[in-house]
Amino acid sequence: MFPTPVQKAAPWVRHAYTIILPLALIVWLLPLIGVAITSIRPSGDLAAGNYFGIPSRFAGFENYTAVFRDSPIGWYILNSFKVTIPTVIGAVGLACLSGFALAVYKFRANLILFFLFVAGNFIPFQILMVPVRDMTLKAGLYDSISGLVLFHIAFQTGFCTLFMRNFIKSLPFALIESARVEGVSEWRIFRYIVLPLMRPAIAALSVLVFTFIWNDYFWATVLVQGQHAMPVTAGLYSLNGQWIAAWHLVSAGSIVAAMPPVLMFFLMQKHFIAGLTLGATKG
Amino acid sequence: MSSTVPATSSYWKRNQQRLAPWLFLAPGMIMFSIYVIIPIFESIWISFYDWDGLGAKTWIGVANYVELLDDEAFYTSLKNNILWLVLYLLAVPAGLAVALFLNQTVIGIRLYKSLFFFPFVISQVVVGLIFTWFYAPDFGLLSALIKTVTGESIAILADERYVTLGIIAAGLWPQIAYCMILYLTGLNNINPEQVEAARMDGAKGWSLLWNIVLPQLGPATFIAIVVTVIGALRSFDLVSIMTDGGPYGSSRVLSFYMYEQALSEYGYRMGYGAAIAVVLFMIMMVFITLFIVRMLMQERNA
Repeated sequence: MFPTPVQKAAPWVRHAYTIILPLALIVWLLPLIGVAITSIRPSGDLAAGNYFGIPSRFAGFENYTAVFRDSPIGWYILNSFKVTIPTVIGAVGLACLSGFALAVYKFRANLILFFLFVAGNFIPFQILMVPVRDMTLKAGLYDSISGLVLFHIAFQTGFCTLFMRNFIKSLPFALIESARVEGVSEWRIFRYIVLPLMRPAIAALSVLVFTFIWNDYFWATVLVQGQHAMPVTAGLYSLNGQWIAAWHLVSAGSIVAAMPPVLMFFLMQKHFIAGLTLGATKG
Repeated sequence: MSSTVPATSSYWKRNQQRLAPWLFLAPGMIMFSIYVIIPIFESIWISFYDWDGLGAKTWIGVANYVELLDDEAFYTSLKNNILWLVLYLLAVPAGLAVALFLNQTVIGIRLYKSLFFFPFVISQVVVGLIFTWFYAPDFGLLSALIKTVTGESIAILADERYVTLGIIAAGLWPQIAYCMILYLTGLNNINPEQVEAARMDGAKGWSLLWNIVLPQLGPATFIAIVVTVIGALRSFDLVSIMTDGGPYGSSRVLSFYMYEQALSEYGYRMGYGAAIAVVLFMIMMVFITLFIVRMLMQERNA
């Protein structure tokens, strides 16, 4: 193990570590802690200049109620779910198919297609912006949830295919070979032999794509204009313009908007990290 | 031969292995082509036109690119992008440092690791708002600290000298967390025998890290560099949220300037915007090519 475990170090190192660890965490999360405290501060505190002290009283309840009651943030959050969930299903579904194709079959264009998916996934969004916006407008999908979903599915397919292909490559190929010898059709091999083994990859990828799409801001501003289809990221930004210097509301709104991916992360931590660090250990 | 089986099934039976991959690939490939591959070429094509997004397009050749050469704002954006790229890469060693600090087995360390990773999970919009508050003059936490230490109050986001640095610092917060998690996974998988053997030989501290541990962390370092470079060149959200490119356009980056030209109150100059996007794309392609060549070499070795 590297570095040397503190258990083996001198006693003073051990003690120092137990003190420094929580301190480091507090410093690291200081901006976030500040926002969390601000979100439960009564507005009077801010007017009176009490920005950093203990809140004069707990106003979390009224701040969070105000955010939901006086702003459409609840609606924005609903929109975010309506964009995120179909995207996760669509992108992961398509990637299961194309990842299988690229991992299992040997054909001439295989590597070229694979790297096309990989490269597409790295390009700057701006090179797509004008044509995608134009296409969405012409299809009558501008300013709608489905316009956003279709784009996200297509774009995420690149990353998801890379992920799935590498995962299926690591499965034992003998399984597929022996099924072929038995005369099992290619579709049944996919459906009944490979797909059940892909569960951990599907779980990891779903959590990741959920977070990516939930947190998307750029496409939400390019493809959506009005409140009715606006996801929470773009919504929060427009609310920020209305709540000038009402930092207790901005803070509460930020925390509300951040909650779903945060919960997702804590509930599915193992999958999340497995997905994110794929490739960090081997090859 | 297949002449004994019915004609319809025989073609399929004979060619199943050859056709199946294309059928599996079709839905994903069609979607990806329509929304990603084709638009890249369309953008390049649009960059040779003068177009407001609605009316007719007028062919103007390389006039958009010629205009870029003389555009002060373009150079500011390019300079800021380079600054982003260089400073953002600090996330890689910083992430390694945090990972080394946390790679222990004391009680509760798993929760510590999760909480250190936290900034990566929240949206950049929220990160931007958090840091805007953190930097806000008078009532921001950091400004208050600076004032206590130096006695001067600095409005980071309103000062042309510090604004881009302030935004990059906000971006580093989640990026360090990302690199940290890559390195923690890498550290988890290094070969303990090699490390112990090197310890027996008297290696420790820096030399152990540099000669034994880091080479084994190669894959993690590679991915950390890839995601950091891409992240730096893609930076848009934080600039848009924290300053909207200001003050006086001094915190613009190429991705933001492109958006501004194509879609904001400055007018709908789609062709000019596309030209900026093409420049950004070309810069990105240099890195993408390097990454792909490396991945290709690994595929060949596998």
